[in-house]
Amino acid sequence: MSAQVTPATDPDTRKALVRVEDVVKYFPAGGGLFGHAVVHAVDGVSLAIRPGETLGLVGESGCGKSTLGRVIVQLQPATSGHVYFNDVDLTRVRGEKLRRTRQQIQMIFQDPYASLNPRMTVGDIVAEPLRNFRVARGRKAEERVQEVMRVCGLNPNFVNRYPHEFSGGQRQRIGIARALVLNPSFIVADEPVSALDVSIQAQIVNLMEDLQEKFGLTFLFIAHDLSVVRHMSDRIAVMYLGKIVEVGPSDSIRDKPLHPYTKVLESSVPVPDPDLEAARRPILLKGEIPSPVNPPSACRFHTRCPIAEKICSEVEPPLEMKENGRFAACHFPGKL
Amino acid sequence: MTAVDGVSFEVGRGEIVGIVGESGSGKTMTALSVLRLVPEPGRIANGRILFGEKDVVQMTDDEIREFRGNDVAMIFQDPMTSLNPVLRVGFQIEEAMVAHRRFTGRQAKERVVPLLQRVRIPAAAQRVRDYPHQFSGGMRQRAMIAMGVSNQPSLLIADEPTTALDVTVQASIIELTRELSRELGAAVILITHNMALIASLCQRVIVMYAGRIVEEGPTRAIFKNPQHPYTWSLLRSIPRVDEQTHEKLISIKGLPPDLSKLPPGCKFHPRCRFRIDRCLTEEPPLDEVDPGQLARCWVLMKNVADLEAAR
Repeated sequence: MSAQVTPATDPDTRKALVRVEDVVKYFPAGGGLFGHAVVHAVDGVSLAIRPGETLGLVGESGCGKSTLGRVIVQLQPATSGHVYFNDVDLTRVRGEKLRRTRQQIQMIFQDPYASLNPRMTVGDIVAEPLRNFRVARGRKAEERVQEVMRVCGLNPNFVNRYPHEFSGGQRQRIGIARALVLNPSFIVADEPVSALDVSIQAQIVNLMEDLQEKFGLTFLFIAHDLSVVRHMSDRIAVMYLGKIVEVGPSDSIRDKPLHPYTKVLESSVPVPDPDLEAARRPILLKGEIPSPVNPPSACRFHTRCPIAEKICSEVEPPLEMKENGRFAACHFPGKL
Repeated sequence: MTAVDGVSFEVGRGEIVGIVGESGSGKTMTALSVLRLVPEPGRIANGRILFGEKDVVQMTDDEIREFRGNDVAMIFQDPMTSLNPVLRVGFQIEEAMVAHRRFTGRQAKERVVPLLQRVRIPAAAQRVRDYPHQFSGGMRQRAMIAMGVSNQPSLLIADEPTTALDVTVQASIIELTRELSRELGAAVILITHNMALIASLCQRVIVMYAGRIVEEGPTRAIFKNPQHPYTWSLLRSIPRVDEQTHEKLISIKGLPPDLSKLPPGCKFHPRCRFRIDRCLTEEPPLDEVDPGQLARCWVLMKNVADLEAAR
């Protein structure tokens, strides 16, 4: 487990809507030689999400970003650590208070085909949270459902249709309407556009931005596509093998990545401009991403880092403020 | 249903041509036609596919087998579906070489490890005995590429070769594709929905919509000066890297069309913000709009005076 407690160094933590403190999530890895192997999916993550902002969470498959999102909305219990929402500790609170707090927190999923029950009508899907949280029934629920459907660009006359009658983009709108129906203040969106066609992605991105403006929403936007994340987010957190390696404003991360892994990611993404492409030199990493069952010692990136030195395999660099508002977990920030 | 309608294009030796489009645009079907691999009950109703002097459509079964094995290689999105899970990776690559009788068993055996090394499989001499599930996604795609280039093809068709891969792995596969096309002097057809990948790899780009080519030309011209409203919108529906102030993305309203219910006139007109009356009834031809650049549009973006108003 990690000893670092980052938020203390972030002056903005006090204003945070969501505070993640040293969250750890391990999964049993099914057997293992001695039956005790665990996947270190999320390994000591601390984050602060400010009201009204979009925090982007990027990383490659298996880095733990989706698990972190699910732990934050309490779809999965944390192995240890705390998640505070408006100073209420979601990992401790029970009963009525938990119910009231959870109404404020919703999730949008990646796969609009798998996340909607095919046997329920769209109206029932969107109304379900109202019933579960006993917020509204009957006529009042119907009115609320039609209202959010309209806000999400869906024809309210379609309440009696089933998910299969809709396209991928429209299904994602249904998923967004369901997330919105309880009037939440915080939404975790896990790869909300990556299953959609390019022309449809822009529709959903624009919708999410409009909704954020209209309802003052706070987003945690999880995605592997750096260009979409950058477009959506005020700040970006970069994750590698269960750890946050860098956090900072989107623009400054693009212009000057501090962590070598961020730099590698930035250099790897092709850009839709032939002139910029001709000049781009991707930094290719050696080897494969190590197993989260047995992650490398100290800095987890040291086995693949182009500028790693001896200290990187011996001492874990804490995630600390390197510049104003910018955090990185690296012994040699900005050196690559 | 006509999935691909009147598509004509050329790919030169050593050239990388990109075919870009959304799902249902006909880009994959076009590529499969080149190999005469259109899935049943589909068929190539008419047209010619010339490989050098030979017409693929007219080839006998023996000729087409020879053509597929020796002259062309195809790389698919998901390498796991194209590798046999119960056979060792090395054996599968050897088999591909021997089956098409370009190499003897012994030659093939000798070539496998260097091929795997060439596509940068670490510890290739040991990994050659692994099964596909022991490889990571990126390594499987490399193995597929090794198999593809093992017979030194002169045409390489890559269908979304990096879509299932992580960005850092993607970057290395892109580099590898570029190097191999240069080394082999092969023509490459890259099929993708990813405009950035096109900008990275291709000299020329073909934009498809509803089974048709709607625009074609040198990559730089298409990106800097797209003339078809679909291309123009597509390029503005993706975030720019150098975006300084936060700009709204251009979204294309509606959905890609259902190929069994195509609209009359220009197939893009129901979603087009620049359409004129003529677009509703008459389908525009694919005409040269600038030297080397073709577009299928009655309006053309250079004639749209006020682009800001269009936003």
